[in-house]
Amino acid sequence: MSLGLLLHATIVLPLLALVGILLLRDRPNLRDGVSLVAGVLVFACVATIYQRFTAGERIELTWFEILPGLSLSFSLEALGLLFALVAGFLWPVTTLYAIGYMRGHGEANQTRFYLFFALAMAAVFAIAFSANLFTLFIFYEVLTLSTYPLVTHAGTEKARKGGRVYLGMLLGSSILLLLLAIIATWTLAGTLTFTAGGIFPDDTPAWVLSVLLALFVFGIGKAAIMPVHRWLPAAMVAPTPVSALLHAVAVVKAGVFTLLKVCVFVFGVDTLPTLPVTQWLIYLAGLTIVLASLVALYKDNLKARLAYSTVAQLAYVTLGALVATELAIAGSALHIAMHAFGKITLFFCAGAIMVACHKTEVSQMQGLGRVMPVTMTAFLVASLSIIGLPPAGGTWSKWLLIGGSLEADQQLMVAVLITSSLLNIAYLLPIPLRAFFGSASDDGHGPERSVREAPLPALIALVITAVMCVGLFAFPNAVFDLAQRIYG
Amino acid sequence: MILDLYNYWIVVVLMMVGLFIIVSRGNLVKKVIGLNIFQTSVFVFYISLGKVEDGSAPILSDSVSVYSNPLPHVLILTAIVVGVATTALGLALVIRIKEAYGTVEEDDIQTLDDQQ
Amino acid sequence: MLTHLPILQVIVPLLAAPLCLMLDGSRFVWAFALLASLLAGVISGLLLWQVETGGTLSYALGGWQAPIGIEYRIDLLSAYLLLIVSAMGTLVLLGAYRSVNKELAAGARTYFYVAYLLCLAGLLGIVAAGDAFNVFVFLEISSLGSYILISLGRDRRALWAAFQYLVVGTIGATFILIGVGFLYAMTGTLNMMDLAQRIPSVSESTTVLVAFTFLVVGVCLKLAMFPLHVWLPNAYAFAPSIATAFLAASATKVAVYLLFRFSFGVFGVALTESILPLQEVFIGLGLAGVFVASLVAISQHNIKRMLAYSSVAQIGYMIIGYGLDSQAGTTAALLHLFNHALMKAALFMALAAVVYHHGSVLLKDLAGLGTTMPWTAAALVGGGLSLIGVPLTVGFISKWYLVQAALEQDLWWLALLIVVGSLLAIVYVWRMIEPMYFAPASSDRPRSVGNTPEAPRSLLLVIWILVAANLYFGIDTRLPVGIAEAAAQQIFGVRF
Repeated sequence: MSLGLLLHATIVLPLLALVGILLLRDRPNLRDGVSLVAGVLVFACVATIYQRFTAGERIELTWFEILPGLSLSFSLEALGLLFALVAGFLWPVTTLYAIGYMRGHGEANQTRFYLFFALAMAAVFAIAFSANLFTLFIFYEVLTLSTYPLVTHAGTEKARKGGRVYLGMLLGSSILLLLLAIIATWTLAGTLTFTAGGIFPDDTPAWVLSVLLALFVFGIGKAAIMPVHRWLPAAMVAPTPVSALLHAVAVVKAGVFTLLKVCVFVFGVDTLPTLPVTQWLIYLAGLTIVLASLVALYKDNLKARLAYSTVAQLAYVTLGALVATELAIAGSALHIAMHAFGKITLFFCAGAIMVACHKTEVSQMQGLGRVMPVTMTAFLVASLSIIGLPPAGGTWSKWLLIGGSLEADQQLMVAVLITSSLLNIAYLLPIPLRAFFGSASDDGHGPERSVREAPLPALIALVITAVMCVGLFAFPNAVFDLAQRIYG
Repeated sequence: MILDLYNYWIVVVLMMVGLFIIVSRGNLVKKVIGLNIFQTSVFVFYISLGKVEDGSAPILSDSVSVYSNPLPHVLILTAIVVGVATTALGLALVIRIKEAYGTVEEDDIQTLDDQQ
Repeated sequence: MLTHLPILQVIVPLLAAPLCLMLDGSRFVWAFALLASLLAGVISGLLLWQVETGGTLSYALGGWQAPIGIEYRIDLLSAYLLLIVSAMGTLVLLGAYRSVNKELAAGARTYFYVAYLLCLAGLLGIVAAGDAFNVFVFLEISSLGSYILISLGRDRRALWAAFQYLVVGTIGATFILIGVGFLYAMTGTLNMMDLAQRIPSVSESTTVLVAFTFLVVGVCLKLAMFPLHVWLPNAYAFAPSIATAFLAASATKVAVYLLFRFSFGVFGVALTESILPLQEVFIGLGLAGVFVASLVAISQHNIKRMLAYSSVAQIGYMIIGYGLDSQAGTTAALLHLFNHALMKAALFMALAAVVYHHGSVLLKDLAGLGTTMPWTAAALVGGGLSLIGVPLTVGFISKWYLVQAALEQDLWWLALLIVVGSLLAIVYVWRMIEPMYFAPASSDRPRSVGNTPEAPRSLLLVIWILVAANLYFGIDTRLPVGIAEAAAQQIFGVRF
């Protein structure tokens, strides 16, 4: 198969799956099978693309020109491939999980769920392979809109409110700031194609670039830098598979991915440190890390705690992108992958606990380790990855980020990163430890005795991702290679 | 001096009278009348535009050499037809409004609407 | 035959209108009216093709050459407008039959189609005419048609709205007549090309300025520019649904065309720029329209009224494009003219489907529409997204060009305000979408037609053609962008 066909397939296959899901809406087993098969095929495509990429093949595709000079184009590049690999691997795994979760939880409107899920994934791959900012923006918005029905899946008043915040902030920030920034970039630079070293002419005044950078940082709401982070906790009303894949991986990673792309390929790593606004934005990222971690510490609802933890972790990537040294960029890119595996495992566990034991609050989870040993072990492993301790993959990205900050003389940020690790320990580690060593809390039903895990598909899924967390510690080379190619 | 242009003064006065009636009267029939006066002022304006000093009516004749400009007359003939159509439609609407609301006073109609 | 297309464009619907009266049975009348408007649509397509290949067309009525005879003049801009108006007229009429039968009393249906065709003929005439007085006559024909259309709404408030529109519309048209009179007094011609040639020599005189003022105010009344928009919301809200869809998609668009034609085609760019701080005034009024009307729209309970206010807001965007007074701004305004016609036609036709079942379009009527009328609800979502300006819809294209035009002149604040305006659109569109999917359908409402939950097929077909057009022209933008850019270039090409 040609490389172009493979690239197309990653975007078209989810769309085909969408048709299949719609046609098979009356036969749940086949319908879910279609989702799963599509996921596996897409990952196979991405994996093949990766092989070809490392062999030195490159490609540039254009679908059509929407406006003169602005076309829907896709190209192959290390960062995009990294993002696509992560999303492509986790999509089938999440589908597996979703099959267990949605059935176990007895959710309604499952067809609609899988439908929009597939649409969202098509948008994710299109974002990953975007060759220019215009294409990226279009699919960024498609992703927002296609995930809205997923967030509001429950259809309750709470879901409606959460959906409002979600849509209002994401659509609002992107139309208000991001679109403005993109059109301004187009007017100034005359192109929106991602180019190593940036696209702005050399004589662009620094203050204009500073304004633009601020517009980008706040406009890319999916990156959830404070104060545009509010949508992320609001989105937690969604069913857990959505929170897991979209709000720990696809949507938020699309945000930081976009930011990273903009920093490296629109502004250029040489330009960024010279802008007066960059330092302030770095401080803001640091502040987001600390504040979000502190908030997470006080959330009793497990999903809310994980959401704030995500906000903090996303700010790591933003921080790395803005510091823009070789190590920092590699660390940022690596963190996209490492955090994805860690956080999705945590969400899988949260969902599993909810389905099997109907517990949502951290305080109810004492002694749960005896009831759900597998789930809680996975939780422990993933927590270590988020904290950045061996033997989990998160170690490497945090290492690189700290190294990158030192390289750029950002001692304060080194302190922030270390503080944040301590906070991570404080809000994550007690959960599995108490689950294993604490005495079961008496919540009226009496302490649980027998082992009662989540449905098998869900359990398989969370074991896979937990194993990957460890696997990425032992064999980070594939991802690390890609991350290193981005800079310069 | 200023009265030399008395035709324009008439036009302006008529126009203001017409607009004033439209704005100030609540009775819909009076509004239509105001609209008519307003339109008529413009007709007068056009016709007086076409008048050439000492010119006769634009009918070909050997004894006359200066004619008034006939084109504005023709235009206004069309405009009058349009005006008549508008008036007719306006009055028809007034009748329907009377049937539906039982009144042709703007204030009463507004009150009835607000109650809905 | 092909050489007579410019006059056929107008005459076909104009003659078809009285012929409708001779037909019996509303099905035949509808079919006949549809045929006439379809023919007009084909003609406008041919005209556009002729203009694109052979340049501007000039047609001397009755063989009398301008300036003595009446000239019909079709350049790229008018051909573009003719196509928009006749295509919208045909599409809306295609879906009209069931809705008109439902909403109108048996005796009124024939008159509806007659008025519809008259209005269509008038609108096409305005665009085709190359003679300022003819513009006035056609304007009145279309206006009389639209007063009738509006008054046929079944709520009695429709009558009152039609009467108010009649008064305002007549004042507006008479203003235009006064303006034309002054121009004639100064130049001795009514032909727009001649006017454009002669005005520069007298442009210093106050009379020309007065003529310009009267014309612009008159046109702005017709196009419902804020703050001259007060007639529009009620007229749109209480007119029969089909009439609303048609008027929203065509009438205000033609008025916008007139604004461009008079200020750039007749008075010329140079004059329009030099007198008065026009740029500031129009940008200010356009922005005020966007914000005030959007905010009012947010508080409406009647969806038709809400979308009517949204129309006033969207017209504000076109006025901003006009006020920018540049080739890019004109392109943006002309693009939005086409795009807005598409979105509002789609939305109002979808509302016609809602009215068909519920008899009204209050917010509560939308409750549970996502399950009872899934296709109609999805169409409302599609149209709504386009109204917001989400990528891959036509609304996005308009916004892109408008913001770009603002940035081109370094008007950062304006660009920001334009995008803030579309945030307001999110709010009112979402007020419409939420009840459709989150509120349960109220079961106490009697279903009007048996148990068929969806809209009639014919109506749905048209709705989805329009929604598809919203998406298609958001992706393949060559046709509207190409024409809008070329037309803007034609206007500004003569500048230097």
